[in-house]
Amino acid sequence: MLEELASTFPILTCILFLPVIGAAVLWLLDDEDMVRTSALTIALLELALSVFVLLRFIPESAAMQFSEHVPWIPALGVSYHLAVDGISVLFVGLTAFLAVLIIVYSWDTVRHQVKLYMMALLALETTTMGVFLSIDLILFFVFWELMLIPSYFLIKLWGGGAERHYAALKFVLYTLLGSVFMLVGIALLDINYHQWATLRHMEQTYSFDLLELLSVPIPLSQQILIFWLLFLGFAFKAPVFPFHTWLPDALLEGPIGMAVVLAGLKLGTFGFIRFSIPLLPDASKSQTVVSIIMALGLAAILYGAIMALVQQDFRRLLAFSSISHLGFVVIGLFALNYQGLQGSLLTMINLGFSTAGLFFIAGFLCSRQQNTQLGSFGGMAKQTPVLASFFLFIGLASIGLPGTNGFVGEFLILLGTFKANWLYGGIAVTGVIFSAAYFLWYYERSMLGPLGKAVKDSISDLHPREILIASALSVMILWIGLYPAPFLRMMNGSVQALVDRLERGTVALVEPKQPIRVD
Amino acid sequence: MTDLLIKLIPLFPLLAVILNGFFGRRYSHDVAHRVAWGSVGLSFLCTIGVFADILQTGTPHEVIVYQWIFGGDLTVNFAYLVDPLTCMMLLVVTGVGLLIHVYSVGYMHGESGFTRFFTYMNLFMVSMLLLVMGNNYVVLFIGWEGVGLCSYLLIGYYYDKVSAAKAASKAFVVNRIGDAGFLLAIFLIFVNFKTLDYTKVFAQVGQLSPEMATAIALCLLVGAVGKSAQLPLYTWLPDAMEGPTPVSALIHAATMVTAGVYMIVRNHAIFDLSPTAMTIVGVIGGLTALFAATIGLVQTDIKRVLAYSTVSQLGYMFLGCGIGAYTAAIFHLMTHAFFKALLFLTAGSVIHALSGEQDIRKMGGLSAKIPWTYRLFLIGTIAIAGIPPLAGFWSKDEILAHAFTQHHYFLYGMAAIGALLTSFYMFRLTYLTFFGTSRMDHHTEEHVHESPMVMVVPLMALGVLSILGGFLGFPPEQGWLHQFLAPVSGVGEGHEASRGLVLMLMMIATGIALLGWGLAHYFYSVNLSAPDRLAAQFQAGYRILLNKYYVDELYDLLWVEPTKKLGRLLDWFDRTVIDGLVYGVAQLAGLAAAGSTWAEKYVIYGGLNVIGYGNHLAARQWRRLQSGMVHHYAAIIVAGLFLLAVVIQLIMQL
Repeated sequence: MLEELASTFPILTCILFLPVIGAAVLWLLDDEDMVRTSALTIALLELALSVFVLLRFIPESAAMQFSEHVPWIPALGVSYHLAVDGISVLFVGLTAFLAVLIIVYSWDTVRHQVKLYMMALLALETTTMGVFLSIDLILFFVFWELMLIPSYFLIKLWGGGAERHYAALKFVLYTLLGSVFMLVGIALLDINYHQWATLRHMEQTYSFDLLELLSVPIPLSQQILIFWLLFLGFAFKAPVFPFHTWLPDALLEGPIGMAVVLAGLKLGTFGFIRFSIPLLPDASKSQTVVSIIMALGLAAILYGAIMALVQQDFRRLLAFSSISHLGFVVIGLFALNYQGLQGSLLTMINLGFSTAGLFFIAGFLCSRQQNTQLGSFGGMAKQTPVLASFFLFIGLASIGLPGTNGFVGEFLILLGTFKANWLYGGIAVTGVIFSAAYFLWYYERSMLGPLGKAVKDSISDLHPREILIASALSVMILWIGLYPAPFLRMMNGSVQALVDRLERGTVALVEPKQPIRVD
Repeated sequence: MTDLLIKLIPLFPLLAVILNGFFGRRYSHDVAHRVAWGSVGLSFLCTIGVFADILQTGTPHEVIVYQWIFGGDLTVNFAYLVDPLTCMMLLVVTGVGLLIHVYSVGYMHGESGFTRFFTYMNLFMVSMLLLVMGNNYVVLFIGWEGVGLCSYLLIGYYYDKVSAAKAASKAFVVNRIGDAGFLLAIFLIFVNFKTLDYTKVFAQVGQLSPEMATAIALCLLVGAVGKSAQLPLYTWLPDAMEGPTPVSALIHAATMVTAGVYMIVRNHAIFDLSPTAMTIVGVIGGLTALFAATIGLVQTDIKRVLAYSTVSQLGYMFLGCGIGAYTAAIFHLMTHAFFKALLFLTAGSVIHALSGEQDIRKMGGLSAKIPWTYRLFLIGTIAIAGIPPLAGFWSKDEILAHAFTQHHYFLYGMAAIGALLTSFYMFRLTYLTFFGTSRMDHHTEEHVHESPMVMVVPLMALGVLSILGGFLGFPPEQGWLHQFLAPVSGVGEGHEASRGLVLMLMMIATGIALLGWGLAHYFYSVNLSAPDRLAAQFQAGYRILLNKYYVDELYDLLWVEPTKKLGRLLDWFDRTVIDGLVYGVAQLAGLAAAGSTWAEKYVIYGGLNVIGYGNHLAARQWRRLQSGMVHHYAAIIVAGLFLLAVVIQLIMQL
């Protein structure tokens, strides 16, 4: 009875809409403390649901689980289709986890319009969950676009920087521009399906469902065109070098909570592994595509790292370090082998703990000195040893020290890339030197040495709420670093399926005159 | 039983890290240090147990703790392998480690970061143990970077000192250069063998092509060169002396810096396949031995002299590896751990006695005031100088003799000159510190005191080891150590050298050491004005040595500054060019948007007006569109749909 209930209970729908319904409930509340408590309760409930999904998720399986499928616009083949598999399930947990931490962090750092802030945050959670849960591409696109609305207001209204209006607009325009291309790509996928289905006199001749789109062949030339269209959408969002200039502005000007989301949830690269690679395997492995993307990825690694080296503002440094890390993720994905895909997937999750964690650290610094400029710090370790310790620990995770989560992901990516092409692997490895240099150099100048002139004697160390955030992140960092088995098991089935898919390519070809090129 | 003991070895210090790290501030220093050295003591006892077992049975133990990283064709276990080589390393690491921990109780007494110090030291022990115990390259790599982290933390122990903070970062970053090489080696190994476990790799090592063997060996070498402070990546080690002296003894002399040697010996099966790589290892070792020794001649900081001496001695170990004398390299690693730990700790005792003074120009005549420290330092000096029968003689001579009998005369020459310099600078150090008249200031002199027993007793133990340790490898080439390590490092072959030749080489080595002593005696005890005269006469050379060949400055000029400049250039590029392009595109989009706004206003709403909706409503709508986002959004969607139509059109025509 209970089992049956559990199997028919639409848990993903609950996960998807709980935050936004919660946001609506917040609207009715007046007391600010009440708003905070309720927001936290909703986020915790959401986390509990996500953990439940993680626990009930069958590992080592490539199947779509907890699937919910309802037609939405039947004429166009659009459906409300939610599911999780090894690719997406961990992101659901990560999103819920970060949402809780952000609300805890915002408890006393967000002072004005608390209600609206929490509502925007919860709305953002729903749209983000939507991106991770959607199997239908139109549904996915809707959430992808909707995400912009709360993001825009979060940056514009609660951002700390003077340029926040500019940053918010830039962020939105960038993403929008990318998503236009993506929309075209999605439409082309649909048209291809339509052609194929019509030829075979199928009942349903339109579909945006990932699983159905996977079942039809796509000619290589078409695949490559669609690939680049989707690429632009995802690359603008990720951001992949050289489409990255919105990121430093958004991270610097926006509120910490938004920065944590932008830096911690790698939606753009998720798009690659969720849609681009499985839907367009032949394009993904075509020589030109791989060369171009590898070049962009490697450029991002080095460019981001060298840029990070000279930044004076910690949040800008983190922005470029993010770009560098994304370079790693991209090359891992397009190594197109088991370790590369697995490592990239794990690294995307890892960044949700390490880079996002460093943004929380930046938040702690902000709470104390009102900015993250180097000039405001120096020798803090003496005054704030706990802050300095967490700063170092999470930083070391982000530069991939063995024993932390960062290492497992980075190691797999580098191994996979090296297997695919030793030259790419060799270039990427130099990234580990630069990452140590930019992080430790900044740490040295902000935390070590004599007390900085701008640092007040009365500066306080982390308070319990901040320690809670940092500890939660640290536990995850160590857990994945030392015993990643549960996480790896969850993703292994889907990664294997993806590797097989890449090997086979799309089933057959409609285009007879142009045989598929298998590189 | 043995498997359990093996699992316990790294676990004890780990528990100590957790205890002291989280709760250390709740209890007194006395509890904290007992937890710290007690845990290392327990590890040492476990090591003895494991050692006894291996001595009896001779079989290596492989213990899998759990599956760590896996998926596809890759499986990396968190697992240990304890064979005779690991066993030797374990004995050195836990044994010398224990002594240094006990010594630290006295040395660090009264420091504000007392508990923090011991937490880091224990964390170091954990990492170092993983490094030598891992059964595969990835566990080795955890230890490898772990010791680097602890080195970073301990060099930066006095973190409010700018020089200490800088030295710490430098050590980590330079080490990371080596680590990058090591990672490449791991990847190459995986690509070739489809596994990362030592036993499986070495079992199939025969199928490796010579070129691939060279490539792997050279990548491994890059890692080893970084960790073991060899040319050209040695520059971090002298700066690492910013850490407290026990740290210099444990990490930067006895254990961590020898990890490179351990790694090469561990992988000798790969190195053996590549004469090219072997030659490079030998030459790097020989050059480093000589190069660092020359710098050591003129340094005036007691710890820095010892640091350069460490670099130089590590060079000997590399040289030994390069000529295939793996057992001799491990032998020297072991004796060096004894006498260099002794030297650093006695130097610490001197510094302790002089309230922190490290400049030997401000010392002198200490032999009577701190007699135990003096005697023990002298033992260390004689041991490192290579005067029989102390430990250093046997191990160093074995490397030298091996070089000569295997016809590596060039390397032999470098090593012999290095040995002369070693003897000279070490006795110089001894004379300047303990003999002659006092050059201390009055205040310091009044406070000179012998160190407490908790420091002197570990020193005595190290003194005994420095005297007797060499006999583990006696008689040369056939000692106990050689037999014990034979299963791992392979039995040396082709030692057809006659007994006479070996004896003669020993006498030459002894002569060289004594000559160094004699020269030091002449310069620093008999003719005291000679060093200055000599320095004045060879001013240029003296300056170069004093400034350590300007290598740090050279690296700054070649790497550090250009990278920073490139960074600033890219930063400018990012802000002006890339963002400028974006801005330009945005302007264009803006134009398009303006166009569409015009269209909206005059076409759509104009149309609406005509129909009769009223100007009022349209104006309001228009203002809302002006509010930026919605406006742009609409424009872009329109543009997108247009694009979509064009693309579809094109595709239909295909």
